[in-house]
Amino acid sequence: MSATVFQNARIVDPSRAIDEIGTVIVENGTIRAAGGNALGQGVPDGATVVDCAGKAILPGLVDARVFVGEPGAEHRETIASASHAAAAGGITSFIMMPDTAPVIDDVALVEFVLRTARETACVNIYPAAAITKGLQGDELSEFGLLRAAGAVALTQGRRTLASALTMRRALTYARDMGLVVAHATQDPDLTSRGVMNEGLLASWLGLPGIPREAEAIPLQRDLMLARLTGARYHAAEISTAMSAEAVRRAKEEGIQVTAGISINHLCLNENDVGEYRTFFRLSPPLRAEEDRLAMVEALKEGTVDIIVSSHDPQDVDTKRLPFEEAAAGAIGLETLLAAALRLYHSGDVPLLRLVEALSTAPARLFGLPGGTLRPSAPADLIVVDLEAPWIVREADIRSLSKNTAFEGARMQGRVLQTMVAGRTVFSA
Amino acid sequence: MTDAPAFPLFPHRHLLGIKGLSPADIELLLDRADAAVAISRQSEKKRNTLRGRTQINLFYEASTRTQSSFELAGKRLGADVMNMSVASSSAKKGETLLDTAITLNAMRPDILVIRHSAAGAAALLAQKVTCSVVNAGDGAHEHPTQALLDALTIRREKGRIGGLVIAICGDILHSRVARSNIILLNALGARVRVIAPSTLLPSGIERMGAESFTSMAEGLKGADVVMMLRLQRERMAGSFVPSTREYFRFFGLDAEKLKAAKEDALVMHPGPMNRGIEIASDVADGPRSVIQEQVEMGVAVRMAVMEALLDPRRNEDAA
Repeated sequence: MSATVFQNARIVDPSRAIDEIGTVIVENGTIRAAGGNALGQGVPDGATVVDCAGKAILPGLVDARVFVGEPGAEHRETIASASHAAAAGGITSFIMMPDTAPVIDDVALVEFVLRTARETACVNIYPAAAITKGLQGDELSEFGLLRAAGAVALTQGRRTLASALTMRRALTYARDMGLVVAHATQDPDLTSRGVMNEGLLASWLGLPGIPREAEAIPLQRDLMLARLTGARYHAAEISTAMSAEAVRRAKEEGIQVTAGISINHLCLNENDVGEYRTFFRLSPPLRAEEDRLAMVEALKEGTVDIIVSSHDPQDVDTKRLPFEEAAAGAIGLETLLAAALRLYHSGDVPLLRLVEALSTAPARLFGLPGGTLRPSAPADLIVVDLEAPWIVREADIRSLSKNTAFEGARMQGRVLQTMVAGRTVFSA
Repeated sequence: MTDAPAFPLFPHRHLLGIKGLSPADIELLLDRADAAVAISRQSEKKRNTLRGRTQINLFYEASTRTQSSFELAGKRLGADVMNMSVASSSAKKGETLLDTAITLNAMRPDILVIRHSAAGAAALLAQKVTCSVVNAGDGAHEHPTQALLDALTIRREKGRIGGLVIAICGDILHSRVARSNIILLNALGARVRVIAPSTLLPSGIERMGAESFTSMAEGLKGADVVMMLRLQRERMAGSFVPSTREYFRFFGLDAEKLKAAKEDALVMHPGPMNRGIEIASDVADGPRSVIQEQVEMGVAVRMAVMEALLDPRRNEDAA
């Protein structure tokens, strides 16, 4: 049977708090051993031996917030194209948001995604189902049946549930069905027609602003409902110091809450919007530098549990418009790791914590395999040159949409090889 | 050739906003506009500096006043002027701003004048066309020719702008006129105040180069110039202010409130006016009102801007 031995690698495995030089042995699609003493397990006969001196091996990344255009907008991204972009970015598993046309709110759609992924994708894809039918915010979807079909979480995707009553019922019922409710909060009334962070910059640009409270108010409501219901609640994409503080207090109280942040909000701020650059129109909007710094701190200390790409492919039809009329969102699968490594190179976040937030924590949070180099786990891993410099070029992007917020950006750290269940799905 | 006097070359290809203009750029446009006023006051108003040039007015928002001012300015300079009534044509068929721009660009105009409801629309257009672009108002961002005509009116009436106390009153939050004026008047050394209910003040106003007031009595004290802004009727529906009568009571300019300003204070309004909402008729038509002069200066400023952008010396440099 096939076996590979990676020698002399820096092994970073947050699931066992390991960051050491050693060996990873992969056999029959699973990890047989990984660590400083792995060679004590013996090298399987006929194994391919790869010298990884100067390189790092990490668990494949697990991205918990990815928008894909299939079904309904295949010109922006298909399940297959997203999977190839993910593989190139070192992501071996991702959770797909239900904001498709039709919406993933039904067993047949979950089955469609899983079947299409099985037939066309090269990484693991897990569908998240809509909390409410059609994401309309009224009737609950069939949580139990959706879970049985393979949905791993419940979410409103880009939208926020307006009704506190519906949220209460959803949390209560999701608790019974053992599903996490992952919710991105942005009060639609308070947001009004806002398109960027409220403040001096928006004022000069003449753009309607979004106050931080638009995120914090529904988040606070949800946290109180999570306490009331005892459900598992995940704040899918927070962006402000105010929200981080709310999550911190909820955790101290013992509420079952976790939080995610997009890589964009850890690396960029409102100044990047410049003169109406629509690739920087995001939801939540890019915030002030003080918020970004507070979020890096929240990530480091664990108030923010996971980092997501929030990959959201948009094409020229929806982006080459005046800022107020353009769609929100940026792609991010291929730049997630490299952008996150900026926080490692800058000394802001230790590598072990960073990799945990990118792989081990999201896998654990959503109950997915992967996110670990533990023996007998699936061999979902990546070989990375942590130092290699490169520049993000539109021509190199594998996603069908090119709306990256990192066009022309200098990166340090590059994926050399991506393995899913022992099979190499990307190599540089 | 032209009869253009020896003005320095205007160093920009587009006029997208007041931001980015130096005080010297602004003075140059005002000097050119002064010359244009003289021409407009002759019985023979036509010049030929833009003869053979094509000007397209692309107005996504209806604006009789600004559009006809640009049209008249172009025609007085001898340009061929085309008005695209976008509201009734391709935009309705779903064509995007950029596709329209690219199509128009293929017709090889020399200057595109655009008015659009979205901030940044003029800048976006300028990236995609090869001709000069003039911003005739983009959302709540900028309206540079309005600020220039306001400055020209003030300079001609007061002889200067530096050191004057200028109060801008009304819906600052949604006003491109206010933004362009705040930048321009600061550049020329005026002291700018804004007066509005806080619901109509933008976030961070204290760092925008204007002192803010929520009381007309205080904000108008000692003012040399009072600029009123139009209050859109939809602001009532948006809960920015409760009613027009309450607004007029506290923020409408009437003879009583005007007493707080200097005796020779100018009263200005970019038009069209809502009489009895932001301004009382007797003040609008009174001796201190220069609202009619503003309209006249509008044509002159637009002539100056287009002449400056299409300065023939620029082509000689290119060749």
